[in-house]
Amino acid sequence: MFDTGRVTASPSPRPIPGSTSDIISGPVPGSRSAVLRRLSEMIRPVTLATDRTLPVADPLAALLPDGGLARGSLVQVAGVGATSLGLALLAAGRAAGSWAAVIGLPELALVSADEHGVDLDRLVLIDVPRWRRGAEVVAATIDGIDLVLLDRRLRFTASEMRRITARGREQGSVLILVEPGLPDASPSESSGDWSPDLVLTLHSPRWSGLGSGHGVLRRRHVAIDAVGRGRASRPRHVELLLPDQRGSLAADPLEPSPDAVIPLSSREHRVAG
Amino acid sequence: MSPADGVVRTLVVVCAHWPLVAAGSSSTDAAVVIGAGRVVAVSPRARAEGIELGHRRREAQRRCPSVVVHEADPDRDARLFHLVTSVLEPITARIELSTPGVVAFPTRGPSRRLGGDAALADAVARAVDGVMTGMGWPGSVGVGIADGRFAAEQVAAQMVVHGGVGVLDPGTSPAFLAPQPVTVLGRDELTEVLLRLGITTLGAFAALPVADVAARFGPEGLLARRLAAGLDDHIPQVAAPPPHLMVTAELDPPVDRVDRAAFVAKGLAEQLHEMLAADGLSCTRVHIAAETETGECNERVWRQGDAFGVGALIDRVRWQLDGWLAGPALLRPTSGICRLTLLPDEVGPARGRQLGFWGGETAADERARRALARVQGIVGAAAVTVPEVRGGRGPGERIVRVPAATTDPDASRRGRATESPPWPGRVPAPSPALLVDRPVQVRDTTGRPVSVSGRGVLSAPPADLVGAASRPIGVAAWAGPWLLDERWWDPTGHRRRARLQLLLTDGRAVLVACEHQQWSIEGWYD
Repeated sequence: MFDTGRVTASPSPRPIPGSTSDIISGPVPGSRSAVLRRLSEMIRPVTLATDRTLPVADPLAALLPDGGLARGSLVQVAGVGATSLGLALLAAGRAAGSWAAVIGLPELALVSADEHGVDLDRLVLIDVPRWRRGAEVVAATIDGIDLVLLDRRLRFTASEMRRITARGREQGSVLILVEPGLPDASPSESSGDWSPDLVLTLHSPRWSGLGSGHGVLRRRHVAIDAVGRGRASRPRHVELLLPDQRGSLAADPLEPSPDAVIPLSSREHRVAG
Repeated sequence: MSPADGVVRTLVVVCAHWPLVAAGSSSTDAAVVIGAGRVVAVSPRARAEGIELGHRRREAQRRCPSVVVHEADPDRDARLFHLVTSVLEPITARIELSTPGVVAFPTRGPSRRLGGDAALADAVARAVDGVMTGMGWPGSVGVGIADGRFAAEQVAAQMVVHGGVGVLDPGTSPAFLAPQPVTVLGRDELTEVLLRLGITTLGAFAALPVADVAARFGPEGLLARRLAAGLDDHIPQVAAPPPHLMVTAELDPPVDRVDRAAFVAKGLAEQLHEMLAADGLSCTRVHIAAETETGECNERVWRQGDAFGVGALIDRVRWQLDGWLAGPALLRPTSGICRLTLLPDEVGPARGRQLGFWGGETAADERARRALARVQGIVGAAAVTVPEVRGGRGPGERIVRVPAATTDPDASRRGRATESPPWPGRVPAPSPALLVDRPVQVRDTTGRPVSVSGRGVLSAPPADLVGAASRPIGVAAWAGPWLLDERWWDPTGHRRRARLQLLLTDGRAVLVACEHQQWSIEGWYD
C-alpha cells in the first residue's frame, strides 16, 4: 500500500505482448487480479520520490525512508516528547508554503509551535466536538491541508479510521497521529485500529541545564526509533536534541555521527567546554 | 446633477460607533471593540479617557482600567444592522450597504414623494434615531445628502459630530469637499505621499492635471481624484452589467437556516467570480436577492471599494440572510428561502485589485480556505481558530487562539512571537509544549508542602510532585522560584506568582506555579 513514495518508471517486469485486450482475453497466466495489477502498473504515471515528500529538518531525514514525509502517509508519534516531535514534523511544510492544521489537542502551546518553526500564518487549530462528526471534520480538513496533526485520544470507529487514512492517501496529505506524553496517559483502547505507515517512538529522554535549585531547562537529548511498512520496514534510529535551547529540533553536537568516530578524550573535552 | 457625469444625488446615513452599538454597550459606557488585537471602535467616554483607534488592548486598558472590551464580530454587526435598514424599507427600495453602520440610497424618487431633500433627510434621521435610541445610543446618527455618495458620506460623518442633518444644494459638492483634508479619502498610502508633496486638501488634489495623477498614482489615484473633485467613484466606462452575469440558485427543499443558505451562496459566488474573471471584469457592487416560497423578498445592494472576492461575497449573503432569518419575529419570513440570486450591479475592468481571502494568492491558500470554510460549517465558526501573537509573560499569554472568521484576512496579523519586544520575566525557550492547568502539591523530603515566602524563598527543596499522576513522582532536579508580579496597578488583574521548573524522576519536565500558596501545573515539556 505504501508504494507511492518510490521512483516508478512504468516498470514492466516482462514485455507484454500485444494490446491490452490481448491481455484480458488471451491466455495469460495468473488470476484476474494479477492482470488488473499489471494493467494498473502500465498506466501509472512516472512520479519522482522527491515530488511526493515534504522535506524535514536534517537530523530527522535519517529516520524517514525518502528523507522526508511521504505525502499520503499516516505517521504515528508516541512516547515522552511526542508533542514536540509532532510540531517539528509540522514545521516541515513551511518551506513549501503548506498549510498545517491541528485537530484536537486543546493543550497545545502555540509558543512552542512557534519555537519549532511552524508557520503561524498557515496554522489553524480545530476543536472537534466530542459527540459527533469528528471523522467528517478530519476528512474535510485533509481535503485542503497538507499536514494534519491529529490528537490520538479522539475516538473513531474502525471504519472511520480506514476512511480517514484512505482519504489522506488520495489527497496526498500527511496525517500525524500524536498522543501527548502526559503521565498516566493510558494507551487508548481504540488505538490498535489505526494502521500507520510509520511509527516513531521516542525514548530515553535526558534533560540538561537544570540543577538542584539552579539553572534552567536548556535541551533534551532523545532517542527516536522508526519502524514502518514497505520501504520503511528497516528499523532506523537517531539521537538528537528535541528541543534544543531555542526550542526547536537540532542535531546533537556532542553525538558522533555513525561514520565519524571521535576519540573519547576529545569528546570529554567538548563536554567540559 | 447631470446624468452624463454619472453623479447620483445620494443620501447617506452614518450610525456612529456601530460596532459598539451592536456589541450591546450603551452610549454612556467607556467601551471599546477590539479586532485583530487593535481597537477598532471607541465610545465617547473611552475616548475622553485617552483611548484612540489603533491602540493595542493593553494600551487601552492601561489608559482606562475600567474600560469594557468587546471582541469584534462582523457577523453580529451586519446582522443587527438589519434593524436599521428595515426602517428605511418604507422610504426606498434601493438600499445600498457597504459596511455595517453606513447605508446609502439615491434620493430622486423618495425626495420627490416626501416633498424635497430636507424633508426626506429629516424623515430618515427620525426613523433611524428611533432605532438607535432603542439600543441606547440617542443622537448618534448623521444624515447627509449631496451629489455623489462620497460627498454625502462626508456630510453625514460631520453631522454625527454636530448632530442633525446636512443637505448640500445640487452642484455644491466640489466646493464643500475642497477644504477637507486629504485624509478623508481613507487611502493611507496615497494620502501619505500627498501630504509629503504638500497637498493637504481635496481641492488641491483635484486641481492636479488628470494625466499627471494617472501617470504617478495609477488607477487608484485616478479614482481618488474623481472623489476629491466631487465626481462619484463610478468610472464613466462602468457599463450596465451584461444580463448573462446573473447567477441564480433554486433551493429545493427550501432553506430556513443561514449556514445552509451560505453553502449554496458559496457555489453561486464561485460561479459568478469565474464568469467575471473570464470576461476580465471585477464587481464592486452586487445585488443580492432572496425569495421565499410565499413570495416574500429580501433585496439589498452591497458595495465594496475594492472588487468583491469570493469570500467577501459569501459574507455579504450570510450577513443579509442572517439579519432576515434570525431578526425580530415581525420582520422574519414566514417560510423557507427558495431562490437566491446574485446580480453584479456595477462591474468594471479587473485591474488585479481582488485581494485573496487569506492574504496570499497561492493555490495552497485557496485550497486551505475552501477546506476551512467547510470545517467551519460542520463545527461552527468558533471552533476553528488561528494563532495571534500578543505580548505577555506566561506561555499561554504570548500567542492566543482567535476565531479564524474574525481575523482580518489581509493584514499580516501574526508574525513570529520570538521577534516581539522583550518581556522581562518570561520563561526562556524552550517553552512547554502542552499547557495544562491542574492543581498539584509540591512536597519536600519529609512530606510537608513546600511554600514560597514573600521574598521568593522556598521553605525546603521540592522532593515530590503529588497529584500530577495517580502516584507521587519524585523530583530529580529543579530551578526557581522565579517571581512574577503582574499588573500590580489593577486590583482585579493583579497576579503574584512564583514559577518552578521541575525535572521528574521519570524523565519528564514540568513548569509549576504557586499562587496564594496553591501549586498548579502550568505546562508540560512534552
